[in-house]
Amino acid sequence: MERIPILKIGAALVVTIQVDMHDRVAMTLQEDLSTSIVASGAKGVLIDISALEIVDSFIGRTLANIASISRVLDAETVVVGMRPAVAITLVELGLALPGVRTALNAERGMALIRQRLAALGLTDGDGPAEA
Amino acid sequence: MAPPKPDPGVQAIAIRTGDDIVRVRQAVRGSAVEVGLSLVDQTKIVTAASELARNTLDYGGGGLATIEIVRDATRRGVRIRFEDAGPGIADVELALKPGYTTGRGMGLGLGGARRLSSEFSIASEIGKGTRVVIARGK
Ligand SMILES: Nc1ncnc2c1ncn2[C@@H]1O[C@H](COP(=O)(O)OP(=O)(O)OP(=O)(O)O)[C@@H](O)[C@H]1O
Ligand SMILES: [Mg+2]
Repeated sequence: MERIPILKIGAALVVTIQVDMHDRVAMTLQEDLSTSIVASGAKGVLIDISALEIVDSFIGRTLANIASISRVLDAETVVVGMRPAVAITLVELGLALPGVRTALNAERGMALIRQRLAALGLTDGDGPAEA
Repeated sequence: MAPPKPDPGVQAIAIRTGDDIVRVRQAVRGSAVEVGLSLVDQTKIVTAASELARNTLDYGGGGLATIEIVRDATRRGVRIRFEDAGPGIADVELALKPGYTTGRGMGLGLGGARRLSSEFSIASEIGKGTRVVIARGK
Protein backbone atom coordinates (compact mmCIF):
# COMPACT_ATOMS: atom_id res chain seq x y z
CA MET A 1 0.00 0.00 0.00
CA GLU A 2 1.01 3.59 -0.62
CA ARG A 3 2.82 5.08 2.40
CA ILE A 4 4.23 8.49 3.16
CA PRO A 5 7.90 8.17 4.25
CA ILE A 6 8.95 9.48 7.66
CA LEU A 7 12.51 10.85 7.98
CA LYS A 8 14.37 11.46 11.22
CA ILE A 9 16.41 14.66 11.23
CA GLY A 10 18.06 15.35 14.56
CA ALA A 11 15.40 15.09 17.24
CA ALA A 12 12.56 15.69 14.79
CA LEU A 13 10.55 13.52 12.48
CA VAL A 14 9.95 15.07 9.07
CA VAL A 15 7.11 14.18 6.75
CA THR A 16 6.58 15.67 3.31
CA ILE A 17 3.16 15.07 1.85
CA GLN A 18 3.68 14.93 -1.88
CA VAL A 19 0.54 13.28 -3.15
CA ASP A 20 -3.12 14.03 -3.30
CA MET A 21 -3.71 12.30 0.02
CA HIS A 22 -6.21 9.44 -0.06
CA ASP A 23 -8.18 8.89 3.14
CA ARG A 24 -6.48 5.54 3.74
CA VAL A 25 -3.02 7.04 3.28
CA ALA A 26 -3.88 9.72 5.85
CA MET A 27 -4.96 7.09 8.38
CA THR A 28 -1.77 5.09 7.80
CA LEU A 29 0.36 8.20 8.27
CA GLN A 30 -1.32 8.88 11.61
CA GLU A 31 -0.50 5.35 12.80
CA ASP A 32 3.03 5.29 11.39
CA LEU A 33 3.87 8.63 13.01
CA SER A 34 2.64 7.54 16.44
CA THR A 35 4.79 4.42 16.22
CA SER A 36 7.82 6.40 15.02
CA ILE A 37 7.54 9.00 17.81
CA VAL A 38 7.64 6.29 20.42
CA ALA A 39 10.40 4.30 18.70
CA SER A 40 12.64 7.33 18.11
CA GLY A 41 11.85 9.46 21.13
CA ALA A 42 11.45 12.41 18.78
CA LYS A 43 10.40 15.68 20.42
CA GLY A 44 9.13 17.33 17.25
CA VAL A 45 7.17 16.44 14.13
CA LEU A 46 7.40 18.62 11.06
CA ILE A 47 4.76 18.09 8.39
CA ASP A 48 5.34 19.84 5.08
CA ILE A 49 2.06 20.31 3.18
CA SER A 50 3.37 22.73 0.53
CA ALA A 51 2.49 20.23 -2.21
CA LEU A 52 -1.11 19.80 -1.01
CA GLU A 53 -3.60 21.51 -3.32
CA ILE A 54 -6.47 21.17 -0.89
CA VAL A 55 -7.07 20.42 2.77
CA ASP A 56 -10.61 19.25 3.38
CA SER A 57 -12.23 18.35 6.70
CA PHE A 58 -10.85 14.81 6.61
CA ILE A 59 -7.24 15.85 5.99
CA GLY A 60 -7.64 18.70 8.49
CA ARG A 61 -8.93 16.27 11.10
CA THR A 62 -5.99 13.95 10.41
CA LEU A 63 -3.52 16.82 10.97
CA ALA A 64 -5.30 17.82 14.20
CA ASN A 65 -5.27 14.18 15.38
CA ILE A 66 -1.57 13.84 14.66
CA ALA A 67 -0.93 17.01 16.68
CA SER A 68 -2.95 15.69 19.66
CA ILE A 69 -1.36 12.25 19.58
CA SER A 70 2.16 13.70 19.38
CA ARG A 71 1.44 16.03 22.28
CA VAL A 72 0.41 13.08 24.43
CA LEU A 73 3.64 11.37 23.36
CA ASP A 74 5.63 14.50 24.31
CA ALA A 75 6.38 15.72 20.79
CA GLU A 76 5.25 18.94 19.19
CA THR A 77 3.80 19.03 15.66
CA VAL A 78 4.42 21.93 13.32
CA VAL A 79 2.61 22.04 9.98
CA VAL A 80 4.51 24.07 7.40
CA GLY A 81 4.08 25.38 3.88
CA MET A 82 0.32 25.74 3.63
CA ARG A 83 -0.55 27.42 0.33
CA PRO A 84 -2.41 30.76 0.62
CA ALA A 85 -5.41 29.49 -1.37
CA VAL A 86 -5.64 26.49 0.96
CA ALA A 87 -5.53 28.75 4.03
CA ILE A 88 -8.33 30.96 2.65
CA THR A 89 -10.45 27.92 1.87
CA LEU A 90 -9.87 26.29 5.28
CA VAL A 91 -11.12 29.37 7.08
CA GLU A 92 -14.25 29.50 4.94
CA LEU A 93 -14.83 25.79 5.48
CA GLY A 94 -14.82 26.54 9.21
CA LEU A 95 -11.81 24.40 10.03
CA ALA A 96 -9.64 26.03 12.67
CA LEU A 97 -7.04 23.23 13.03
CA PRO A 98 -7.22 23.31 16.84
CA GLY A 99 -3.92 22.65 18.55
CA VAL A 100 -1.92 22.59 15.33
CA ARG A 101 1.11 24.88 15.24
CA THR A 102 1.93 26.26 11.83
CA ALA A 103 4.93 27.96 10.26
CA LEU A 104 5.41 29.52 6.85
CA ASN A 105 8.14 27.15 5.73
CA ALA A 106 10.24 24.18 6.80
CA GLU A 107 13.11 26.37 7.99
CA ARG A 108 10.91 28.31 10.40
CA GLY A 109 9.17 25.12 11.49
CA MET A 110 12.51 23.54 12.34
CA ALA A 111 13.46 26.68 14.28
CA LEU A 112 10.31 26.25 16.41
CA ILE A 113 11.20 22.63 17.12
CA ARG A 114 14.80 23.59 18.01
CA GLN A 115 13.49 26.25 20.41
CA ARG A 116 11.45 23.62 22.17
CA LEU A 117 14.47 21.30 22.40
CA ALA A 118 16.52 24.10 23.87
CA ALA A 119 13.80 24.81 26.42
CA LEU A 120 13.86 21.14 27.37
CA GLY A 121 17.64 21.31 27.75
CA LEU A 122 18.22 19.01 24.78
CA THR A 123 20.37 19.53 21.72
CA ASP A 124 19.41 18.72 18.18
CA GLY A 125 21.49 15.56 18.49
CA ASP A 126 18.86 14.17 20.86
CA GLY A 127 21.17 13.74 23.85
CA PRO A 128 21.24 15.99 26.95
CA ALA A 129 22.74 19.41 26.39
CA GLU A 130 26.36 20.03 27.30
CA ALA A 131 26.67 21.55 30.74
CA MET B 1 -27.79 9.26 -38.17
CA ALA B 2 -24.88 8.84 -35.78
CA PRO B 3 -25.79 8.73 -32.09
CA PRO B 4 -25.26 12.04 -30.32
CA LYS B 5 -21.69 12.44 -29.07
CA PRO B 6 -21.33 12.71 -25.30
CA ASP B 7 -20.85 16.33 -24.30
CA PRO B 8 -17.10 16.71 -23.60
CA GLY B 9 -17.93 19.35 -20.99
CA VAL B 10 -19.75 16.76 -18.85
CA GLN B 11 -18.09 14.02 -16.83
CA ALA B 12 -19.77 11.38 -14.68
CA ILE B 13 -17.81 9.64 -11.93
CA ALA B 14 -19.22 6.82 -9.86
CA ILE B 15 -18.40 7.15 -6.14
CA ARG B 16 -17.87 3.71 -4.65
CA THR B 17 -14.52 3.87 -2.81
CA GLY B 18 -12.15 6.36 -1.23
CA ASP B 19 -10.15 6.42 -4.48
CA ASP B 20 -13.20 7.81 -6.27
CA ILE B 21 -13.14 10.85 -3.94
CA VAL B 22 -9.64 11.61 -5.27
CA ARG B 23 -10.87 11.09 -8.85
CA VAL B 24 -13.71 13.56 -8.27
CA ARG B 25 -11.25 16.12 -6.86
CA GLN B 26 -8.98 15.74 -9.89
CA ALA B 27 -11.83 15.98 -12.41
CA VAL B 28 -13.25 19.09 -10.72
CA ARG B 29 -9.79 20.66 -10.67
CA GLY B 30 -9.38 19.93 -14.40
CA SER B 31 -12.73 21.52 -15.27
CA ALA B 32 -12.06 24.54 -13.03
CA VAL B 33 -8.70 25.13 -14.71
CA GLU B 34 -10.22 24.67 -18.16
CA VAL B 35 -12.92 27.26 -17.51
CA GLY B 36 -10.37 29.72 -16.15
CA LEU B 37 -11.30 29.96 -12.47
CA SER B 38 -8.76 31.71 -10.25
CA LEU B 39 -6.57 29.56 -8.02
CA VAL B 40 -8.60 30.47 -4.93
CA ASP B 41 -11.88 29.66 -6.70
CA GLN B 42 -10.43 26.36 -7.94
CA THR B 43 -9.35 25.47 -4.42
CA LYS B 44 -12.77 26.34 -2.98
CA ILE B 45 -14.80 24.30 -5.47
CA VAL B 46 -12.43 21.30 -5.29
CA THR B 47 -12.60 21.35 -1.48
CA ALA B 48 -16.41 21.60 -1.52
CA ALA B 49 -16.57 18.71 -4.00
CA SER B 50 -14.27 16.61 -1.81
CA GLU B 51 -16.61 17.11 1.17
CA LEU B 52 -19.70 16.18 -0.80
CA ALA B 53 -18.08 13.18 -2.47
CA ARG B 54 -17.13 11.84 0.95
CA ASN B 55 -20.66 12.38 2.29
CA THR B 56 -22.04 10.54 -0.77
CA LEU B 57 -19.75 7.60 0.05
CA ASP B 58 -20.02 7.58 3.86
CA TYR B 59 -23.69 8.38 4.35
CA GLY B 60 -25.29 7.83 0.94
CA GLY B 61 -23.68 4.42 0.47
CA GLY B 62 -22.07 5.61 -2.76
CA GLY B 63 -23.52 7.40 -5.75
CA LEU B 64 -22.68 9.51 -8.73
CA ALA B 65 -20.91 12.83 -9.31
CA THR B 66 -21.64 14.71 -12.52
CA ILE B 67 -19.24 17.51 -13.34
CA GLU B 68 -20.29 20.05 -15.91
CA ILE B 69 -18.62 23.08 -17.40
CA VAL B 70 -21.06 25.97 -17.59
CA ARG B 71 -20.59 28.46 -20.39
CA ASP B 72 -23.48 30.72 -21.16
CA ALA B 73 -23.81 34.35 -22.20
CA THR B 74 -23.22 35.72 -18.73
CA ARG B 75 -21.33 33.06 -16.77
CA ARG B 76 -18.48 30.60 -16.90
CA GLY B 77 -17.97 28.08 -14.20
CA VAL B 78 -18.18 24.54 -12.95
CA ARG B 79 -21.29 22.82 -11.65
CA ILE B 80 -21.25 19.48 -9.85
CA ARG B 81 -24.19 17.27 -8.93
CA PHE B 82 -23.92 14.55 -6.28
CA GLU B 83 -26.64 11.94 -6.16
CA ASP B 84 -27.15 8.89 -4.00
CA ALA B 85 -29.94 6.47 -3.24
CA GLY B 86 -29.08 6.30 0.46
CA PRO B 87 -31.19 6.87 3.57
CA GLY B 88 -31.70 10.61 3.00
CA ILE B 89 -31.42 13.40 5.55
CA ALA B 90 -34.27 13.89 8.03
CA ASP B 91 -33.56 17.54 8.81
CA VAL B 92 -31.50 19.29 6.14
CA GLU B 93 -31.29 22.61 8.03
CA LEU B 94 -29.85 20.77 11.03
CA ALA B 95 -27.39 18.82 8.85
CA LEU B 96 -26.09 22.12 7.44
CA LYS B 97 -25.26 23.47 10.91
CA PRO B 98 -21.57 23.47 11.77
CA GLY B 99 -20.82 20.75 14.30
CA TYR B 100 -23.80 18.54 13.49
CA THR B 101 -22.72 15.00 12.66
CA THR B 102 -24.21 11.54 12.92
CA GLY B 103 -20.84 10.02 12.05
CA ARG B 104 -17.33 10.55 13.36
CA GLY B 105 -16.70 13.78 11.47
CA MET B 106 -16.63 17.35 12.69
CA GLY B 107 -19.91 18.23 11.04
CA LEU B 108 -18.25 20.76 8.79
CA GLY B 109 -18.58 19.31 5.30
CA LEU B 110 -22.12 20.13 4.21
CA GLY B 111 -22.31 23.68 5.61
CA GLY B 112 -18.73 24.29 4.51
CA ALA B 113 -19.51 23.17 0.96
CA ARG B 114 -22.39 25.66 0.89
CA ARG B 115 -20.11 28.52 2.03
CA LEU B 116 -17.44 27.57 -0.51
CA SER B 117 -19.88 27.54 -3.45
CA SER B 118 -21.63 30.40 -5.19
CA GLU B 119 -24.61 28.19 -5.97
CA PHE B 120 -25.90 25.48 -3.62
CA SER B 121 -29.03 23.38 -3.54
CA ILE B 122 -29.96 20.22 -1.71
CA ALA B 123 -32.91 17.86 -2.03
CA SER B 124 -33.24 14.88 0.23
CA GLU B 125 -35.98 12.40 0.91
CA ILE B 126 -36.00 9.80 3.67
CA GLY B 127 -35.54 6.33 2.22
CA LYS B 128 -35.01 7.69 -1.29
CA GLY B 129 -31.70 9.52 -1.30
CA THR B 130 -29.96 12.86 -1.49
CA ARG B 131 -28.98 15.21 -4.30
CA VAL B 132 -26.67 18.17 -3.79
CA VAL B 133 -25.75 20.62 -6.57
CA ILE B 134 -22.95 23.15 -6.22
CA ALA B 135 -21.39 25.62 -8.65
CA ARG B 136 -18.72 28.25 -8.69
CA GLY B 137 -18.23 30.71 -11.52
CA LYS B 138 -16.12 33.66 -12.42
N1 LIG C 1 -25.57 12.11 1.26
C1 LIG C 1 -26.02 12.02 2.54
N2 LIG C 1 -26.93 11.06 2.87
C2 LIG C 1 -27.39 10.95 4.15
N3 LIG C 1 -26.99 11.75 5.16
C3 LIG C 1 -26.10 12.73 4.89
C4 LIG C 1 -25.57 12.91 3.57
N4 LIG C 1 -24.70 13.96 3.60
C5 LIG C 1 -24.70 14.40 4.88
N5 LIG C 1 -25.53 13.67 5.66
C6 LIG C 1 -25.81 13.89 7.10
O1 LIG C 1 -25.48 15.21 7.45
C7 LIG C 1 -24.53 15.23 8.53
C8 LIG C 1 -23.63 16.43 8.40
O2 LIG C 1 -22.78 16.28 7.26
P1 LIG C 1 -21.39 17.06 7.22
O3 LIG C 1 -20.70 16.73 5.96
O4 LIG C 1 -21.65 18.50 7.51
O5 LIG C 1 -20.62 16.48 8.49
P2 LIG C 1 -19.89 15.08 8.67
O6 LIG C 1 -19.72 14.40 7.35
O7 LIG C 1 -20.62 14.34 9.72
O8 LIG C 1 -18.45 15.52 9.21
P3 LIG C 1 -17.26 16.19 8.34
O9 LIG C 1 -17.80 16.51 7.00
O10 LIG C 1 -16.86 17.39 9.11
O11 LIG C 1 -16.20 15.15 8.29
C9 LIG C 1 -23.85 13.89 8.45
O12 LIG C 1 -23.30 13.50 9.69
C10 LIG C 1 -24.99 12.98 8.01
O13 LIG C 1 -25.81 12.63 9.08
MG1 LIG D 1 -18.98 15.34 5.67
